[in-house]
Amino acid sequence: MTQAKVTYQPSDEVDFVIIGSGAAGGVLAKELSTNGFRVVVLEQGPYLTEADFTHDEIEIFTKHRLTNDPKRQPVTFRQTEAEKAALQPSVMYGRCVGGSSVHFTANFWRFHEIDFVERSKVGEIPGTGFTDWPITYADLEPYYTKVEWEVGVSGLAGASPFDPPRSKPYPMPPLPVKSSGVLFERAARKLGYHPFPAPMAILSQPRAGRSACVNCGFCLGFGCEVGAKSSALASVIRIAERTGRCEIRPNCYVHRIETDKNGRATGAVYFDAHRNAQLQKAKAVIVCANGAETPRLLLLSANNAFPNGLANSSGLVGKYLMPNSSAIAFGVFDEPLNDYKGYAVSRVFHDFYELDAKKLGFYGGGGLDARFDFTPVGFAMNGLPPGTPRRGSEFKKAFRQNFTRTMEIFCHATSLPVATNSFSLDPDVKDAWGLPALRMTFKDHPNDLKMVSWMADRAMEILDAAGAKTKWHPPITEQRFAVHLLGTCRMGKDAKSSVINPDHRTHDIPNLFLCDGSSLVTSGRGQPTMTIQALAYRAADRITALAKRGELTGQTSRAT
Amino acid sequence: METINSARRHFVLQIGGAAGAAWLTAQWPAMLAAAQHAHSAAKANPAPAFEVLTPEQATEIEAISSLIIPSDELPGAREAGVVYFIDRALKTFAEDAKPAYEQGLADLNRMAGEMFPGVARFSAASRAQQEELFAQLEEDSQSGSGTSRRRFTSSGMNFADTIWFHTLAGFLVDPEGGGNRDYAGWKVLGRDPAHSFSPPFGFYDKDYPGWQPSSPETETK
Repeated sequence: MTQAKVTYQPSDEVDFVIIGSGAAGGVLAKELSTNGFRVVVLEQGPYLTEADFTHDEIEIFTKHRLTNDPKRQPVTFRQTEAEKAALQPSVMYGRCVGGSSVHFTANFWRFHEIDFVERSKVGEIPGTGFTDWPITYADLEPYYTKVEWEVGVSGLAGASPFDPPRSKPYPMPPLPVKSSGVLFERAARKLGYHPFPAPMAILSQPRAGRSACVNCGFCLGFGCEVGAKSSALASVIRIAERTGRCEIRPNCYVHRIETDKNGRATGAVYFDAHRNAQLQKAKAVIVCANGAETPRLLLLSANNAFPNGLANSSGLVGKYLMPNSSAIAFGVFDEPLNDYKGYAVSRVFHDFYELDAKKLGFYGGGGLDARFDFTPVGFAMNGLPPGTPRRGSEFKKAFRQNFTRTMEIFCHATSLPVATNSFSLDPDVKDAWGLPALRMTFKDHPNDLKMVSWMADRAMEILDAAGAKTKWHPPITEQRFAVHLLGTCRMGKDAKSSVINPDHRTHDIPNLFLCDGSSLVTSGRGQPTMTIQALAYRAADRITALAKRGELTGQTSRAT
Repeated sequence: METINSARRHFVLQIGGAAGAAWLTAQWPAMLAAAQHAHSAAKANPAPAFEVLTPEQATEIEAISSLIIPSDELPGAREAGVVYFIDRALKTFAEDAKPAYEQGLADLNRMAGEMFPGVARFSAASRAQQEELFAQLEEDSQSGSGTSRRRFTSSGMNFADTIWFHTLAGFLVDPEGGGNRDYAGWKVLGRDPAHSFSPPFGFYDKDYPGWQPSSPETETK
């Protein structure tokens, strides 16, 4: 039964305070409140709903309505530890209730079995912290299924011969194919590959009071005005609120986790909308603030007992950042695709998921998808062939001809974990609240650049086979911008070489848990949200079991 | 010509067809309010006066934006009301670009006189002269660095890049954003102003028979 929305006082010690309301935080809030616990979710961004969303590109890409604002929260960037980092908006993440799942593309592939055990299969890779996960695909499979059915994923089970085993089909058929998908499917088959309907976290049918996709065409970057995109906001957050035990508290910028003399977490300190500091007390703290802000928060929380930051006895908080490697190729065709209609991706293939490192000379793999993810202004600025004049009738003719006739092939791939690729606190730059800014240090492992370069060549062959009259791919360059923020508080059994254990509990603080992209041990092949949510469902089961055994408080929980 | 209001209403009605009644009932008042707001914004769009720009500055900006997106058999920056979009931008999201505009416009007018004696302003130059002038400005300011795929910003950009970005935005943004008057820009793009669509979407998916597994005959490896 639907309950009235609950609010708690900061001084009221709730069972769990969850920091971040995105893909992972939303799932944990739903699961833990459904299991009877009292939960407060602190979100730094605003609580927007479908009625607030817009198709105005300036609001989205210039005013950062849904994402972190580099003016108020500057980020610095450097390639190596020897350099001084310079201001550069190198990180983008969702900053609103629902987090990045509000604006994401919604590609929702499961990781495959190999992703969890690849180090054992491939062997050591020098210069990296490449290692196996402490859990396997089989451990996560039930939770992947839960994501598909509870959050809402459209797809066709068994359509890819490379798919890992699954216990249930998708709850909904795939979304309608786009012209880019048809061209890609025909060309890829000609070349012997196995394209299949893309699994997408977008409803192809009305479900749970939410609309099916209406193909408005404003998807990547935008909030869904009809609730068809399966964001945490549209799905689990609302279920959590309906339990009557979960408060979603927006505009709360958490900047410290408090610990007591016994080394246990006691709550989260945040600036409220009026910049007043508040302490939300809780029996346990779960940080789901994304792979950049989670390590930053742990480092910001350093105190006398934990001088290097919370949960950082391994020294690995913030390290092993894996943003996924990628390449993109463009093709222009004779007839209109009108791919601006609809969601981004309708066809994918996984023939390159696991490439032969010995044969090719580099490790890794990935998937290729057919898409068009441009909105009008972005297309005129960034979607035209190299060498197109920037003004005048030739420029106008180019975007007039190409907007309806262009498609992209996006190559998504692995990143190797390198310890020096990291998030840390900038020693000089401060944000608008006076807190040390996020500093990103990143330089691609040479292996990853070789791999995506190889994939870009394959994408060009597909465009050729599809009959593109013009095709190109932007040069493969070192990455200086990240949206997949993975691996920075990695999971493992050994406290010396990881930050959290397989229950997502930090090795150092028994009532502090981390669950988001930072938990990942390997990068997967580019679609992390599905796995982040499966981990969150699993973490909720583990944390519930611990709480019910009284392990979080040393006393019996109020949950029954 | 489809107005914003009718396109948005169409969008809302389409949702009604696709969605459960529950969602629509919950969102209906808010959706109507949004559509109404967009409609009044559109009606106010051909504003009689500029809020930030002087008439002289507006004339120069219109000349530059028309050089970037000229008018021909299809609308250009002028017909889309780009100068009004820029006027509003300089009061809102691009307030910090105002000094760059003032300096950049003065520079172009000065350069016009220097490079083409007797030409007092950029807008008084011929199209070929304007092209030369703007190319020189770009060269002087080493522009062309562009924007990232997922972030467009005028912050820290030089004048040549800024007015280029603002012209494209004013021509092509959803009219909710105050540009693209009467969908002039989307007409050029070939983008239907509706906000909901049904398949088939384009030429290549219209005869698609439905997904089938790869047959052995199509397997080449």
